Amino acid sequence: MADLSIDFCGVTSPNPFWLASAPPTNTGGQVMRAFDAGWGGAVWKTLGDPITNVSSRFGGIDYGSTRMMGLNNIELITDRPLDVNLREMYEVKKRYPKHTLVASLMVESRDNWRELIKKVQDVGSDLIELNFGCPHGMCERGMGSAVGSEPKVLEEITRWVVEEAKIPVIVKLTPNTGDINEPAEAAARGQAHAISLINTIKSLIGVDLERMVPNPRVGGQSTNGGYCGPAVKPIALFMLSQVAKNPTAKHLPISGIGGISNWRDAAEFIALGSTSVQVCTAVMHYGYRIVEDMIEGLSDFLDRKGMKSVNELRGRAVDSYVEWGELNLDYTIKAEINQKTCIGCNLCVTACMDGAHQCIHIPGRTHEESVKAGHYHIPEEIPALPVKIAGLPAGRFVPFVDEVECIGCNLCALVCPVPGTITMVERPGPIGHVETWNDRVAQGRDINPGALTSTLEARAKRNP
Amino acid sequence: MRPLPVLAEGRLEQGFSETKPAYNQAEAITEANRCLYCEDAPCIKACPTGIDIPTFIRKIATENTTGAARTILRENLLGYSCARVCPVEVLCAGACVYNAWERPPIQIGRLQRFATETTLSQTPMSSLFARKPSTGKRVALIGSGPASIAAAGLLAMEGHKAVIFERKSVPGGLNTLGIAPYKLKGNDALQEIQWIMDLGDIELRCGVEITQDDNDHSATKVSAQSLLRDFDAVFLGLGLGADSRLGALDEDGPGVYGAVELIEKIKSDPAFSLTHVSHAIVVGGGNTAIDIAHELALLGVSDVSMVYRRGTQDMSAYEHELDYGRKHGVRVMANRVVTGFVRDADNKLIGAQIARAENGRAVEGTEETVAAQIAAIAIGQSRATELATRFEGVTLDSKGRVVVDPITHRTGNARVWAGGDCVNGGKEVVNAAQEAKLAVRDMLNALAAS
Repeated sequence: MADLSIDFCGVTSPNPFWLASAPPTNTGGQVMRAFDAGWGGAVWKTLGDPITNVSSRFGGIDYGSTRMMGLNNIELITDRPLDVNLREMYEVKKRYPKHTLVASLMVESRDNWRELIKKVQDVGSDLIELNFGCPHGMCERGMGSAVGSEPKVLEEITRWVVEEAKIPVIVKLTPNTGDINEPAEAAARGQAHAISLINTIKSLIGVDLERMVPNPRVGGQSTNGGYCGPAVKPIALFMLSQVAKNPTAKHLPISGIGGISNWRDAAEFIALGSTSVQVCTAVMHYGYRIVEDMIEGLSDFLDRKGMKSVNELRGRAVDSYVEWGELNLDYTIKAEINQKTCIGCNLCVTACMDGAHQCIHIPGRTHEESVKAGHYHIPEEIPALPVKIAGLPAGRFVPFVDEVECIGCNLCALVCPVPGTITMVERPGPIGHVETWNDRVAQGRDINPGALTSTLEARAKRNP
Repeated sequence: MRPLPVLAEGRLEQGFSETKPAYNQAEAITEANRCLYCEDAPCIKACPTGIDIPTFIRKIATENTTGAARTILRENLLGYSCARVCPVEVLCAGACVYNAWERPPIQIGRLQRFATETTLSQTPMSSLFARKPSTGKRVALIGSGPASIAAAGLLAMEGHKAVIFERKSVPGGLNTLGIAPYKLKGNDALQEIQWIMDLGDIELRCGVEITQDDNDHSATKVSAQSLLRDFDAVFLGLGLGADSRLGALDEDGPGVYGAVELIEKIKSDPAFSLTHVSHAIVVGGGNTAIDIAHELALLGVSDVSMVYRRGTQDMSAYEHELDYGRKHGVRVMANRVVTGFVRDADNKLIGAQIARAENGRAVEGTEETVAAQIAAIAIGQSRATELATRFEGVTLDSKGRVVVDPITHRTGNARVWAGGDCVNGGKEVVNAAQEAKLAVRDMLNALAAS
């Protein structure tokens, strides 16, 4: 069995699975139940001057019959007295000394920071996380993402805290910024010990069309909130990859956050450079119990890959993420449809016709019918392979991929409901050797037929 | 508009529960979200009326329920009753690609019921389809079964006046009086007629017979000649005639019913009861036979036997209907023939003589007596099409079916069209709806030109 324990800024955690600072870490009772379920760490619900929260607080977005693909919340930091939170944190750390306890903080003045840092250290916190990310409610008062999106302020506050603190300091970044590299570099300059990302994304989850009020509704009004859940994972992965490659910040350990719901999501975050991962929405949906599968799934995956510890997985996918100009223009794949498993739904046809390159044909059509359907290139022969599976009415054919027109975009494989039926197979490329756009730029061959006249003129002027 | 008659209280039909109960919205959306939304979908091709099924299902999923109903009713005005009575297992749902994937097919019938029932119970049908101004043209429709009702609705939408003549006191034909109650009850079928009558100028004259005698001017009779004289067009939706008889010994008398006659009693006669009936025999192997057998079993008759003269593989009843029936206790006696009935001194039915059969014929000397207090003969219905020939130029084929052009459904008389069972010999409601559609399409052209 692979070793799942991690070292995060010198703090050992039994596994990389931490609860993010959010409703699941609101009380000591909750955190203890979470640790009993198997969570390796918990970032306490953000401490500061207690706030008064509103009712209601959450709004969800469903996709098809899948509930809560995304979640939006307008709940702010803790609304419980500081001494109550501190007492419970002390109790948790005493009972669970091997688990990681992270204090999330958000206050206004330097005196506030000084006072709160001392207090959370005294109760035994292992780490401090600076909440520079909350995009609603607190930022209007100069905290949260108001700090996170202002690199100079972020750097300054980070420096105060690091100078004051005796335990490592994580800076939590907001995605509500034009370029995530800027706050990440500011945190590094402020001597932060680690970075966590992403916090929630500024959002309005939807509108109640009967009442003409956005959701979640507070009486006859609503406000913008923070978006999280499975839907934000791709955004989080992108920002994670930016920080993991950033020359100024890449030495910092990262705690990855954003839509992580299972071991596979966690493995992806770790492969892109996370040391620990933080989970919130999936727990709000299904409870602490999901960690059992996360631990088992990650452990089995590492065993399958022959990795002895989770540390071996960290960052494995970082180097293969490159800018577009470094991609190989010669790489060629074509769609291939498996007659044995195709059920004849033709979803690939419709997707290719309207959303891609009109290369998938329904067999049995005449040349004229194919032209009328919207094809530009009609292959001489379109084999009519019947859908093999019994039970379908006769006359259903496996769609035919015209490789001449197929540009290998993946769309058909993405929409096909039967896993494994459409595969993308490699074919010899048109160039015959690796060539990137950047190569062409370097050689001055980055002009394709049909370029703008003004581009050609400018180029002629530059290279007479 | 005068409200339609409603069937009286106290009928056996009322005690049946539905095999496929109505979905609530959450259930409908969940099922709708399973639909793959196939391109060139096989379910559409399997629907005799060509409803754009993936589109209406998607509309249910997006909570555009009214739009879903419009998509259905545009192709099939009887979308509500078809949702409940169609053999979807062998039509749309049977063609669903999920079958090929060994997953349960989409419950298309139940989704269609949800869309139409939800919408039409809240929204008048006339608000779904723009009604055209009156043309002053009049069409007579003979018979008020599914074919005529669908045709009348389509004509009314186009601004024509539709007058339906019905021999019985209750309209709707087999849709009201002949559908197994666990699928659709009589009053629900009447409700659908009420919805459709909202589409325009539709008049329903019940209790009126078509006669040959042009000089009989009583209120309950109208002659074929006068219809041709007074109307711009005529549609024949005559349906089928009385149940065929076996011709077996002692068949005539109490206790032996035609299957359609018995179903009608269960559905519409408050005086009819099955007390003291413990054994029943149903003769036949078709869908009407399994329907009445299944109904009798559900009504508490402890021993219901379907007697069929050939092997089970030759039965024309749908496999899924036989399975449902068997589940509720229907016994199938294949390769058996009823040769006669047994009556007591008071002429009460007490049993049937049943012989073993080879190639559909009784083997002499193999008779045995089986107890039965009731018997239903389900070996087909006679034709009621003799009436059609009262319209000059209308002809029948050798099987007694009204001859029409398959594309236009026009008969040998240029102003007479026909559709439904009287043309196809006895098919589903959905076939009647489609034939009515074809007939009206041609009729509209003819009316516009006249």
